[in-house]
Amino acid sequence: MNDEHNDFTNHNTSIYKHLLVWVSLLVFTSITVTVAGLNLGSYALIIAVTIAIIKSSLVLNIFMHIKYEDLIFKIFLTIGGFTIAVIFLLTSFDYLYR
Amino acid sequence: MIDKNKHLNKSFYEEGTTKKARGIVSWLLSTDHKRIGIMYLCALAVFFFCAMILGVLMRLETIAPGETIMKAQTYNTLFTLHGVTMVFLFIVPGIPVVFGNFFLPILIGAKDVAFPRLNLLSFWIYLIGAFIILLSLFLPGGPIDTGWTFYIPYSVRTGTNVSLPLFGAFVLGFSSILTGINFITTIHRMRAPGMSYFKMPLFVWSLYATSWIQILATPVVGITLLLVILERIFGIGIFDPALGGDPILFQHMFWIYSHPAVYIMVLPAMGVVSEIIPTFTRRTIFGYKAIAISSLAIAFLGYLVWAHHMFVSGLSQTAAMVFSFLTFIVALPSAIKVFNWLASMYRGSIDLKPPFLWVLNFILLFTIGGLTGLVLGALATDVHLHDTYFVVGHFHYVMFGGTGTIFIASLFYWFPKMFGKMYNIKWASRSAILFFIAFNTLYFPMFILGYEGMPRRYYDYLPQFTTLQVISTIGSWLMFITIISIIINVVHSLVKGKVAEANPWGGVTLEWHIKSPPPLLNFNSIPQITNEPYDFSQLKTMKYKPMGEVYEI
Amino acid sequence: MKYNENTLDYVPTHEVHRDDVGARMGMWLFLFTELLLFGGLFVTYAVYRFLYYPDFKIASLELNVTIGTLNTIILLTSSLTVVLAISFLQKNNRNLTILFLFITDLLAVIFLINKYFEWTAKIHHGIFPGSEHLMSLPNGQILFYGLYYVMTGLHALHIIIGIIFITIILIFTANGSVNSNNYVKLENAGLYWHLVDIIWIFLFPFFYLIQ
Repeated sequence: MNDEHNDFTNHNTSIYKHLLVWVSLLVFTSITVTVAGLNLGSYALIIAVTIAIIKSSLVLNIFMHIKYEDLIFKIFLTIGGFTIAVIFLLTSFDYLYR
Repeated sequence: MIDKNKHLNKSFYEEGTTKKARGIVSWLLSTDHKRIGIMYLCALAVFFFCAMILGVLMRLETIAPGETIMKAQTYNTLFTLHGVTMVFLFIVPGIPVVFGNFFLPILIGAKDVAFPRLNLLSFWIYLIGAFIILLSLFLPGGPIDTGWTFYIPYSVRTGTNVSLPLFGAFVLGFSSILTGINFITTIHRMRAPGMSYFKMPLFVWSLYATSWIQILATPVVGITLLLVILERIFGIGIFDPALGGDPILFQHMFWIYSHPAVYIMVLPAMGVVSEIIPTFTRRTIFGYKAIAISSLAIAFLGYLVWAHHMFVSGLSQTAAMVFSFLTFIVALPSAIKVFNWLASMYRGSIDLKPPFLWVLNFILLFTIGGLTGLVLGALATDVHLHDTYFVVGHFHYVMFGGTGTIFIASLFYWFPKMFGKMYNIKWASRSAILFFIAFNTLYFPMFILGYEGMPRRYYDYLPQFTTLQVISTIGSWLMFITIISIIINVVHSLVKGKVAEANPWGGVTLEWHIKSPPPLLNFNSIPQITNEPYDFSQLKTMKYKPMGEVYEI
Repeated sequence: MKYNENTLDYVPTHEVHRDDVGARMGMWLFLFTELLLFGGLFVTYAVYRFLYYPDFKIASLELNVTIGTLNTIILLTSSLTVVLAISFLQKNNRNLTILFLFITDLLAVIFLINKYFEWTAKIHHGIFPGSEHLMSLPNGQILFYGLYYVMTGLHALHIIIGIIFITIILIFTANGSVNSNNYVKLENAGLYWHLVDIIWIFLFPFFYLIQ
């Protein structure tokens, strides 16, 4: 019983993997800055948001370890993300159709 | 060994988490969830009483058209403070901070919540928030007069003190959030061995759903209030039409919290109903899983309906239709609960003790409130009824007739466990009946007044509304008397009440397996759970049974 | 009190009930409140960007993309350093842990210094809430700058809180209460820090990179 409560994260993400994620984040940052300079019209927002989501996923999964946590943590995150999405969606019903 | 027994026989009043067990400092610094629950109870009782007085004064003003005992400005301040105090200082914290704090760990077989010190911090933050709001009443400019909904543009333009009470409400939000975080972690991590999720009592399920709403909705109103404060101080323009802002956006952000907030208010009450009914029908609840899941469903669906408060604000017609449709859907899980509760009473061995009588009050009054909510949720009728007394009637039926009734029911149910004493049962039963009469006298006329066109938050009105206003004011006096009688009953019993047995009602959830009042660590040894939560066959073998009762199952 | 599984009873001890998973769970739940707090602001941003897109584009050009990109790199790197601090503590290398926590703090302070220069430059040009110059601009631009100050300001406040949090954990590591057998507090500080980073990951393109 006590052991179960004392399990600290004993997965060991290697330093190499952390560095790899960091480099990817920098790469994605440079992509997003470059893309902003091109003239992509209405696609620009989607691309910027997509890249931001990819970067966030890397931070969430690897840096914040959620990939290695119990399933309940991932369910929690989904609930949180879902709530934000619902708020955006329903608010948009007002402003898109005024 | 002797020491151990002595330790185990002490109640949490005699043994605390600080060096000294007694004295006010030992309470204010206590991390014991039971003491924190009782401290919250004292604070909530004071704030409820103050807000009730404000309500009585409001009804004295509206007993006759025109200026009766106060000017319009005073009336505006009164209804604002009545709302702010009742909503933020009484009902939203309400049942979770008093009865949730006291009983959640016990109901799941734990010795405290997951983060006891955070729990104490929640209480302190609550007091600080309350103090900040109180402070704002006495500063130059006068007390806030915007209504508890703080609508733009008036909340930015009014000269009364707005920033401070808004900041106080922001601070109170933190208290709510920390409680939510504590409860969710407790429920996931600290259940006794054998208590799977579907063996938890239904009050625990309701606290779980409520805690999610507290975590996910409160920050939105937090940032909204912050933006209004910044608008007042810096003129940022976020909600100012002259600078391109949209006042309706404020309403969106405000109600994105405030609608789920009403489910924070009512879900725990529904959870307590699911506890009281089995005990006083001596049989298990009907549709346990349906009630458990419906709590989660209400929490989820509650996020999807906020703009039904905004149908006539200038919302797009498409959005109005979407939100009206979703509003009808959210009524469904509540209805499922009501049907299951009624079914639970069928063929039960009904014991008309005060907690059960108060639950009956709840079912009748909440149903009326809920049905009138559907009337408001339909677009066509809402156009006529929005911002009238009909709305005032509706929300008092669900909040006061709903949660308020169950707050009292919880007190009468768990009083012997919390305080080790029994109250006057006859008077508690009589107060239930008196309450029903007073409540309907006070609030039912409001439906008619609203339908006939009387606007809300007005201190003056056309003469044709006078009769119903008088009836309502008389109802407020009856209500005042009822509440006073309850307070007298409770206080007198605390001082002079008879010692209560450990299980006076014959309940079978875990709190009735321990003595009254509970010891500091709740259980002598961690319970091993094998029974279903409302399995009354346990009564035969339980340590504490109601005295002199024959319990045929 | 400790629970003795053999006698099924409590025995007084000095041990405190410890649940690392629970501690992290509590922290994650708190992070969701931060997500919703900024989420409300992002909703406001989305509404006004939708309503005033051309003005948002013009106003965005006034922001310095170089400093913004630099700050993004700084924050991403600080997320790396805090995560490496945890790795080093897992390997029981206390000194490297403390060093990398210190570097995290340093990077955060540099971020704030950059922010300070950005803000003072804007204020020097007369662009701040309520200023005469700002009020003379079109509404969409007024709202853009209003949101810019509120959102980056609130974010900066969270950076300050993060610095304090990390410094406290640094001290705990130095005096041993955070160590290779007990480091959930460090993990939680890291979680908070990563959230602050994620918020900036979205703030950056929304304010600096509007097409």
